[in-house]
Amino acid sequence: MEADIVAFLGELHPETDFSKSQDYVSDGLLDSFDLVSLVAMIEDKFALFIDALDIVPENFASVDAIAGLVRRSGGGA
Amino acid sequence: MKAQFSGKRITGLRAVVPETELRFDDEVDNYTFPAKQTLRLKAVMGYETHRVVKPSTSTSDLLWFGLKGLLDEGLLRREDVGAVVAVTVTPDHLLPHVGSALHGLAELPEDTIVVDLVQGCTAFLHGLLQAFLLLERLPEGKKVVVAVGDTLSKWVSTRDRNSYPLIGDAASIVVVENGGDDTIRLDLRNDGGRRDSLKIPAGGSRLASSAETSELVDSGDGNLRSLDNLVMDGSAVFTFVQTDVPPLIDAALSGAGLEKDDVDYFLFHQPNKFMLRKLSEKLGIGYDRVPMNVVEKYGNPSGASIPLVIADNLAEQMRGDALQCCLSAFGSGLSWGAITMKLGGMEFCDLVVSDL
Repeated sequence: MEADIVAFLGELHPETDFSKSQDYVSDGLLDSFDLVSLVAMIEDKFALFIDALDIVPENFASVDAIAGLVRRSGGGA
Repeated sequence: MKAQFSGKRITGLRAVVPETELRFDDEVDNYTFPAKQTLRLKAVMGYETHRVVKPSTSTSDLLWFGLKGLLDEGLLRREDVGAVVAVTVTPDHLLPHVGSALHGLAELPEDTIVVDLVQGCTAFLHGLLQAFLLLERLPEGKKVVVAVGDTLSKWVSTRDRNSYPLIGDAASIVVVENGGDDTIRLDLRNDGGRRDSLKIPAGGSRLASSAETSELVDSGDGNLRSLDNLVMDGSAVFTFVQTDVPPLIDAALSGAGLEKDDVDYFLFHQPNKFMLRKLSEKLGIGYDRVPMNVVEKYGNPSGASIPLVIADNLAEQMRGDALQCCLSAFGSGLSWGAITMKLGGMEFCDLVVSDL
């Protein structure tokens, strides 16, 4: 799952090195429209629904945070 | 505020859109973002086409197009109009009012009441509330014309990817009158503490428009806009809709003694497809009962959203047997509200394209 998330991030921003950031949103690497795109990508890939109230910056701060969101939403192993 | 009315009904509805249709695909290069990144939002947000008025067209022009058509076609008689309630955030001028323009253009009698309100996305709900209140006191047989319209394209930067792809100019003329015995329940809420979530900084008494306020600058998020343009805190508005609207709708249904399954259609303001999809999921309502195709065809019609979604999706049904509906709108203010009422048996319900 983490590999998929890394691939999504690379697809959204191929020019960005996400590995140097501790918080993608507060560091300005992802904006609110990126979160919308990520939610759509994740829902398509993992066939799940992400609760609207989970679409908050802290759940998109890192690959681990996004993976946690996916798991809580019923995706992944 | 909660209110309950009985013996009031919508007997006619006409939505108006301008003829100029813009395609999102043609606008991608207007934005500073990579095209591939922008195009990815197309399906998610419902960016497809949107309608904007010509530069010389005012809000009252669009409304008058709708009202004049009804008068000319004999669907509404001047002598039956007891009041006009005009609601917009994009008036032609500070003075005179849009309602006055409609009154003058329609050559309505001097004793016709004209009410002008300033409301954005919840304009239709506020207009209906005024109509219901007026009908309690108007003489027998008099009707209220609720005229809701906005031309927000004039206040949104074409270089702002957050807002411009969604903007849609539209208007509606809705006729409300006494009749029937159905109960209507209305719940309107406000939180002025969050008023800056949707804002046009310049152009009012706080900060007059000037050469300085019209200068496009990078807002820091890659979008170019001026102080004369609408600016929206997308994250705050999204959270507001997902947090505050579901409990309001639950309370409105509960107050009306309705279960979600009792409602034929949930007719919501049309901000964007993603927000409506998430709102439907949060409420546990199937997409089939929440029409959300307006944004991709016309853009976000601001105050005229609910009439437009009705005219575009349910015109035929509105002339037939009554359907149990839940109307809800949410936006600038912040303001949000819901109305449970039956809709149907209308004398007319249509969508017309103006040459404006």
